Amino acid sequence: MSFISTISSWMIPLIILIVLISASWKKLPSYELFVEGGKEGIQMAFSLLPFLLGMMVSIAILRGSGALDAFISLLSPLLQTFGVPPDIVPLSIIRPISGTAALGMTTELISTHGPDSFIGRLASTMQGSTDTTLYIITVYFGAVGIRRMGDALKVGLLADLIGIIASIVIVTIVFAR
Amino acid sequence: MVNYIWAAMAVIGIIYAMFNGTMEEVNEALFESADDAVMLSIGLISVLVFWLGLMKVAEEAGLLTMLAKLFKPLVTRLFPDIPKDHPAMGYILSNFTANLFGLGNAATPMGIKAMEQMKQLSKTDEASRSMITFLAINTSSLTLIPATVIAIRMKYDSVAPTEIVGTTIIATLISSAAAIIIDRLFYYRRVRKQKR
Repeated sequence: MSFISTISSWMIPLIILIVLISASWKKLPSYELFVEGGKEGIQMAFSLLPFLLGMMVSIAILRGSGALDAFISLLSPLLQTFGVPPDIVPLSIIRPISGTAALGMTTELISTHGPDSFIGRLASTMQGSTDTTLYIITVYFGAVGIRRMGDALKVGLLADLIGIIASIVIVTIVFAR
Repeated sequence: MVNYIWAAMAVIGIIYAMFNGTMEEVNEALFESADDAVMLSIGLISVLVFWLGLMKVAEEAGLLTMLAKLFKPLVTRLFPDIPKDHPAMGYILSNFTANLFGLGNAATPMGIKAMEQMKQLSKTDEASRSMITFLAINTSSLTLIPATVIAIRMKYDSVAPTEIVGTTIIATLISSAAAIIIDRLFYYRRVRKQKR
């Protein structure tokens, strides 16, 4: 554990070190370049705002009305026949849609079932092994103004499904109940 | 497709609230989430300015081309549309590396730069083949160290907070491989449609 946390805390400072040393080596005006590149960041954050706001409000309406919970309880029996533990069903549906909601659910599952329980381990694995597809697609396509997204969403959601199935299978094998 | 999903989520939510008396909650969620989105975007400014600034220096110093050269055989196969040594490759690789090491906040700015470069290559507002591949790999998540999850497990006194690293890596490998395969299948389907 200490090894992993050491790597994590050294990573960013090391990247900065390498970048700045190689820039100085090549006699580049590093500070001016940094400022020039950084300026883009402000513009980018503001152009992302409407994309994020629109998506987050729509998801919030779905969740706030209770429709999402109803949908999940409707889907639960079906997923259970495929061997998905009922406690994990909401998380597997939320994971591609909302990152913060998924993190909240994972935390709650870990606190109620314990981090070393089957559910706790499965929630941990699922949280780490897939990402928030809807957020990534919204942000990346939004930032560069892509209007027609082709198959991106379909591919992303299908990969999520396989990731969730893989998590369940692997956790079951590795930490057999 | 995103337009339909976006509208459908809100429409279904509002209609559901009509019949279940949860209009109050909908109103609350609506403005709370709008607030959250603004806070999130503003919170992104610090991260975006820092990483885009640093990456500009790295790019000028030739570090991105170096990274691209290092992993050339692997990435040229994944992104056959992008010319070798193109800056897009460097940004794609920096995004993958940041993801691998769990630097989520560094991954986003580099990913956006990669998308910008790919857009310059395709010159349309339609998603190009390499963009879809890039996003497919990103949505399947590339994690070596799931730092957030480990932190949560530690907070709840896990006996072995890191024991899920192995299962997470295997699950990630499978979902990323699946993403690449599914992406290819969809690509071949598009090509076949165009030929007809």
